[in-house]
Amino acid sequence: MTKTYDVEVDCANCAAKMEEAIKKTEGVKDASLSFMTLKLKVEFEEGADEKKVMKKALKNCKKVEDDCDIIF
Amino acid sequence: MNRKQKKVLIRIIVTVVLMAVIIGISKLYEAGFANAIKDFDETYSIYPFPYMFGPTWPWQLNLVLYIIPYIVIGYDIIKKAVKGIFRGQVFDENFLMAVATVGAICLGDFKESVAVMLFYQIGELFQSVAIGKSRKNITALMDIRPDYANVIKDGKIEKVDPDSVGIGTTIIVNPGEKVPIDGIITEGNTSLNTSALTGESMPREASVGDEVISGCININGVIKINTTKSFGESTVSKILDLVENSSMKKSKSENFITKFAKYYTPIVCYSALALAIIPPVINMLMGNNADFGTWITRALTFLVISCPCALVISIPLSFFSGIGCASKNGILVKGSNYLEALSNAKYVVFDKTGTLTKGVFEVTGIYPESDYDDDKLLYYAAHAESASNHPISMGLKQAYSKELMLEDVKNIEEIAGHGVCAEVNGSKVHAGNMKLMHKIGIDNITGHDEGTVVYIAIDGKYAGFITISDVVKPTSKKAIVGLKKNGIKKTIMLTGDSQKTAHKVAGELDVDIVKSELLPADKVSEVEALLEEKEEKEKLAFVGDGINDAPVLSRADIGIAMGALGSDAAIEAADIVLMDDDPEKIALAIKISNKTLKIVKQNIVFAIAVKFICLILGAIGIANMWIAIFADVGVMVVAVLNAIRALSINNKK
Repeated sequence: MTKTYDVEVDCANCAAKMEEAIKKTEGVKDASLSFMTLKLKVEFEEGADEKKVMKKALKNCKKVEDDCDIIF
Repeated sequence: MNRKQKKVLIRIIVTVVLMAVIIGISKLYEAGFANAIKDFDETYSIYPFPYMFGPTWPWQLNLVLYIIPYIVIGYDIIKKAVKGIFRGQVFDENFLMAVATVGAICLGDFKESVAVMLFYQIGELFQSVAIGKSRKNITALMDIRPDYANVIKDGKIEKVDPDSVGIGTTIIVNPGEKVPIDGIITEGNTSLNTSALTGESMPREASVGDEVISGCININGVIKINTTKSFGESTVSKILDLVENSSMKKSKSENFITKFAKYYTPIVCYSALALAIIPPVINMLMGNNADFGTWITRALTFLVISCPCALVISIPLSFFSGIGCASKNGILVKGSNYLEALSNAKYVVFDKTGTLTKGVFEVTGIYPESDYDDDKLLYYAAHAESASNHPISMGLKQAYSKELMLEDVKNIEEIAGHGVCAEVNGSKVHAGNMKLMHKIGIDNITGHDEGTVVYIAIDGKYAGFITISDVVKPTSKKAIVGLKKNGIKKTIMLTGDSQKTAHKVAGELDVDIVKSELLPADKVSEVEALLEEKEEKEKLAFVGDGINDAPVLSRADIGIAMGALGSDAAIEAADIVLMDDDPEKIALAIKISNKTLKIVKQNIVFAIAVKFICLILGAIGIANMWIAIFADVGVMVVAVLNAIRALSINNKK
């Protein structure tokens, strides 16, 4: 399952860090964040609870870059 | 500018004004105001401005005064840096800026400290505005998103969300509105502006029975459309999806930079730390003056230079601009990686029909015998063929520009494998191939070998022939020339047509290699053979019309589908989609790709080179804080400006 989300982040480097953090989140198979369109595309592991995973992903993002948000 | 950017701008202006005031006062003071105060105090003994600072402006006062603009401009960065430290994310740019500026304050360089912060913020603001602007430019294409659809409810026209309109609903599109959903016109006629989709500025005429594609703008007439697709399946949604996702597929250069930044920042930070500690310690051991101040200044300069933002931002921005420029021209690139690959394309393989040629038959020559003229011969041929829907008949009818007088035609008889026989205006007309002529006893005519030939006999007497062929698109030749100019080694044409026709077209266009009489499966194996042959780094692009060449499109390194407006299969299978069917766009796409990659390389080399030079200069103490600021903000500004250049690549020159 793949879903796309809107993202709020200010700098390109932070976006790269966020992407890295999301990729490492449990339940996420792959993720791609485009700083240009401010869109995040997440491919979930099979059977993963998308809401829960995204909550965790955002928490992980906040760890690396405080000034960010994912709208889900 | 958005609210956040405006806030930063105000902070920048306030800081500049505050700094100007502080510098102004201190200069004024030193220039003689101090003496004036002294004189005043000594003369009147009322001490309005006590002469306690001495003849020079004291640093304590500078510290107190400069702290104000420093806080105004840098409070958010300090906050982020502190937060970062607590979260274990020590080495980010906020931290760098905080350490560098606090360090500068500790060393007494208050002005520099505020200036570093100020320029950093200006740089960030500029970057943010530049990105916002290019984002807007690129999303201008997304302006094709229709906001509503007009449906008739209880006899009244109502605006509804296009998402809620079902298939088979009648919608009304007024002049100036966008067509929200794909469908067929049931009432009215109009001109449609397709430029947002194709980059083509010529309006397209449409009337009852014509298919219309969502995203077009209705120019002049009111039309009713019977929808054939849901909004989500309509062209406009597909294109938006594609463009929005294009920057998700990252190029190798982007991945390289992200990786580079990951190692680069900590390395520079530790180097700075080493620079601050090791030389003074060595000095001490050697028995000299440790000179901590100098080395810490150098280390801080080092930190300011080190910020990797110029690199990290300019690469994706360049690609994004390139993709934006392409979409402006009706070329949809599905990912930065494809734009990157396209610049390495050395082989371009074309499907002939529908790509280099129009894929429809057109009359290319009329050769009447002496008793007839062109119009007369075409009149008989077109009328004799009037009942047929064969592509050849369609071509004849198209060439006969006047209205057909069907009441003139009687007793139409199709002779399979030969042609037709009919009574036109009282004369018996035979129109068909050579075999038909032989059959009715006409033997003494010379054959003609160009394309397809229709021989015509009237009342049993040979009257002449008309040649019909699939015509080459007017821009095909230019496209091939353009490809060669943009570094393509070989152009290859694949076709299912006969060798003769294929070679004729290839000769006309200067295609390097021709493979004819291929079955669809052969095309895949031909492309595979070419893929084997070429070197690893050279890429092969295949251009097709996307109708029945999906396997080849996906097999090639880069699949380019053209004339894809309204063809979902093509949009799905291809990596690059040309919205209209102009082959010259392929050359343009390659040009955009080449230029974008050139800009990317310039940015990488420029940014890294300037940074390294400045780092070295900083380490040996030649570069001061001002040069450091240039190395950080200046490089970023130049890189961003350079990246935006990719937006305005065009086909001129």
